[in-house]
Amino acid sequence: MADSNAKPGQPKPGLLLDIRNLRIEATVYPPGEAPKTITLVHDVSLTLEKGKVLGLIGESGAGKSTIGLSSMGYGRGGVRITGGEVILNGRDIMKGGKEGFRKLRGREVCYVAQSAAAAFNPAHRLMDQVVEATLLHGTATRAEAEKRAVALFKKLSLPNPETIGQRFPHQVSGGQLQRVMTAMALCSEPDLIVFDEPTTALDVTTQIDVLAAIKDAIRDTHVAALYITHDLAVVAQVSDEIMVLRHGRLVEWGGTRQIIKEPRQEYTNALVSVHEIEHQEQNPGATPFLSVKNVTAAYGGGHVKVLKNVSVDIYPGQTLAVVGESGSGKSTLARAITGLLPPEQGTVTFDGRPLANRLADRPKEDLRQLQMIYQMADVAMNPRQTVGTIIGRPLEFYFGMRGRERDKRVAELLDEIEMGKGFVDRYPAELSGGQKQRVCIARSLAAKPKLIICDEVTSALDPLVANGILKLLLDLQQHEKVAYLFITHDLATVKSIADSIAVMYRGEVVRYGSKSKVLTPPFDAYTDLLLSSVPEMEIGWLEKAISGRRMASAGN
Amino acid sequence: MRQLVFLRIALGIALLLAVSVLIFAGTQILPGDVAQAILGKSATPETVASLREQLGLNAPAYVRYFRWLGGALTGNFGTAMSSGQDIATQIKARLWNTLFLAACAAIAAVPLAVILGLIAVRYRNGWVDKLISGLALASTSFPEFFIGYALVYFFCVKWPILPSISTVYDGMPFGERLEAIVLPATALTLVVLAHMMRMTRAAILNVMQSAYIETAELKGLSAFNVIRKHAFPNAIAPIINVVMLNLAYLIVGVVVVEVIFVYPGMGQYLVDNVSKRDVPVVQAVGLVFAAVYITLNIVADVTAIIANPRVRHPK
Repeated sequence: MADSNAKPGQPKPGLLLDIRNLRIEATVYPPGEAPKTITLVHDVSLTLEKGKVLGLIGESGAGKSTIGLSSMGYGRGGVRITGGEVILNGRDIMKGGKEGFRKLRGREVCYVAQSAAAAFNPAHRLMDQVVEATLLHGTATRAEAEKRAVALFKKLSLPNPETIGQRFPHQVSGGQLQRVMTAMALCSEPDLIVFDEPTTALDVTTQIDVLAAIKDAIRDTHVAALYITHDLAVVAQVSDEIMVLRHGRLVEWGGTRQIIKEPRQEYTNALVSVHEIEHQEQNPGATPFLSVKNVTAAYGGGHVKVLKNVSVDIYPGQTLAVVGESGSGKSTLARAITGLLPPEQGTVTFDGRPLANRLADRPKEDLRQLQMIYQMADVAMNPRQTVGTIIGRPLEFYFGMRGRERDKRVAELLDEIEMGKGFVDRYPAELSGGQKQRVCIARSLAAKPKLIICDEVTSALDPLVANGILKLLLDLQQHEKVAYLFITHDLATVKSIADSIAVMYRGEVVRYGSKSKVLTPPFDAYTDLLLSSVPEMEIGWLEKAISGRRMASAGN
Repeated sequence: MRQLVFLRIALGIALLLAVSVLIFAGTQILPGDVAQAILGKSATPETVASLREQLGLNAPAYVRYFRWLGGALTGNFGTAMSSGQDIATQIKARLWNTLFLAACAAIAAVPLAVILGLIAVRYRNGWVDKLISGLALASTSFPEFFIGYALVYFFCVKWPILPSISTVYDGMPFGERLEAIVLPATALTLVVLAHMMRMTRAAILNVMQSAYIETAELKGLSAFNVIRKHAFPNAIAPIINVVMLNLAYLIVGVVVVEVIFVYPGMGQYLVDNVSKRDVPVVQAVGLVFAAVYITLNIVADVTAIIANPRVRHPK
């Protein structure tokens, strides 16, 4: 460990932040039980020198954000710092009281949130929000602060740096907002910035630009940073050191190279090698069972064309992955196939016959053959039904199963998703994110469909949990011979699961074929951008990727 | 945005027309005959028939409706049956009195409600919040006449510092006029305060969950400034809505309070003429009330549209 023998009360020169034996607790109110206190962070200590970047990494619930916010004395939603010291610039901020916190927030420490789109106030112009902290703490006049802000907009390569401040948050794209938020944090010239998953909500092609902008800004302003993320490949690009956390405890802390090349703990190793699922591509069969032919679809009564002349085929028991950034029409393709959005032109044929365009016109048998799993498992289930009812419903609806016969089949399905009978009487709220997604998988399998459409099913999950879901889907495909239409923006996932790939861009399929063919050069410009934007766990990848690009990403 | 606002106003006008039909139809369905009522005991079949002819009551209902509506649009509501006075002149003076009372109550109640709402959010779930909410709810829960008589008891009987009857007349000096309406305005304020306060509190608390509130807190803003600068502007639409509803209530719903303090406003006028079964007056007052109500709601909706930065500043 880097700094285990620091003596209390004797700050080292050059040390900016020194957190010692931090303990953070929260009171939870489980329904029907007495409130209880749980410990979120157990005795975590860390130090950060001026101008250095420390990456905090772990799955959700690891306490990364909680630790990051503790450097500002902030507890989100009733979270309390109950033990330890937080020494910033040589003084324990926990002793300063509310007034002390307010003086340091926005002046010594600034915060960049995961979703800038939500973190900006929709009622105020960007410039007013960017200079707010500077003016509040009186470190500059309004004119100086605005000049500084414009310079920062330029540095972060925002378009129209002179005038972008006059815009409202909703008039600026997500990637640009994230950079404006970084400018906002830098504007009051703090000593430390807490970056809390600043690129997680962005498309890969946008993420790379924001990442590069943040890295340059950190280098040029000599600000120190805590960089919080669950993506080791991202944090490897910007950090000097990395700290791995799990369940609120320290797992491993070391230099970036050591963590990603020679992890010492088993858990770190699991995080480092998370994306490596070997999946042998299957050759397409003779005839596809589902064909999408020249489908064009639009929203708003034909005004907004979101699918243009799309054709893809799906073969029995195989996986077609559809990749693209947000707004490329991936989910709309799924809606057109399922009949939720009737196509304006083109046809969807299933087993050699055309499917009715509208969902309402399809017979029950057609509905059974096409099932869906969604990104947000928790909102895709009725919170007032038990797991048994949720999985049993398609058995009753499609096969008329009742009583013991249905319960037996529910138990089998629970076995298939590796969850066991004990879960039959549980409610969705009692399950973890991964378990919820498994229940959704079981529900779709219960209909014995030929095709399951998986819409970003692993995007909301932690990498290790997502990996488990992918492995389960591959196993189930082996046993049940079910085909998947796998919609995702994550190319690593695609490599693990696909037999064929369709790359979508602005409503069109720009590249389509077997996995090996699509992923083999020469690439078209967009596929090249998409592939080269996926962060790799390698120091210096970011600079290489930026310099090697042929096309600028959207949102610029 | 202009299209949205225009649509909303057009809808309001259509609604007002629909209401006018209802008012007219409602008074037609009521039993009794105007001519009969006017003539009273001296009615003979011949005199009733000739008066009906004279009043145009024999024309079909839709003709009489358009005749009435046309008159109302040009400011002619006809003459009152009971007194023979011109209704429009009567309404003009009384509407002004009612608006004056409502405005005074609103000037006190609206800022008070919003400020109390802000304070309640600042100290949410603490004793200050509970005290504000408790008092406001108590004042709303009492019926208006109770509050009115309680005020009279304390400020006119026990400590006689204010008049118990709010007499106003033309050419009355402004100061005296204000003094005359202190008690009814206070009663009205107490009645509408809690609703606006609670809605302000709820609307702001809803916004307080947003991520941008955390951003503001992490800039080091004080708790009250977070609420004032970052939460309030985003809660404005629901607050304006409830304020407008209450303003409408102040104008339309003052009947009881006006009667208690014998204030010569619209409410008093309506009550007097309902008891005299003076149908044309009741129709006219009903239409004016409907117009006020619908106008204020249009104002609320239009303000809410304009308050939304996404509508005001499209991409």
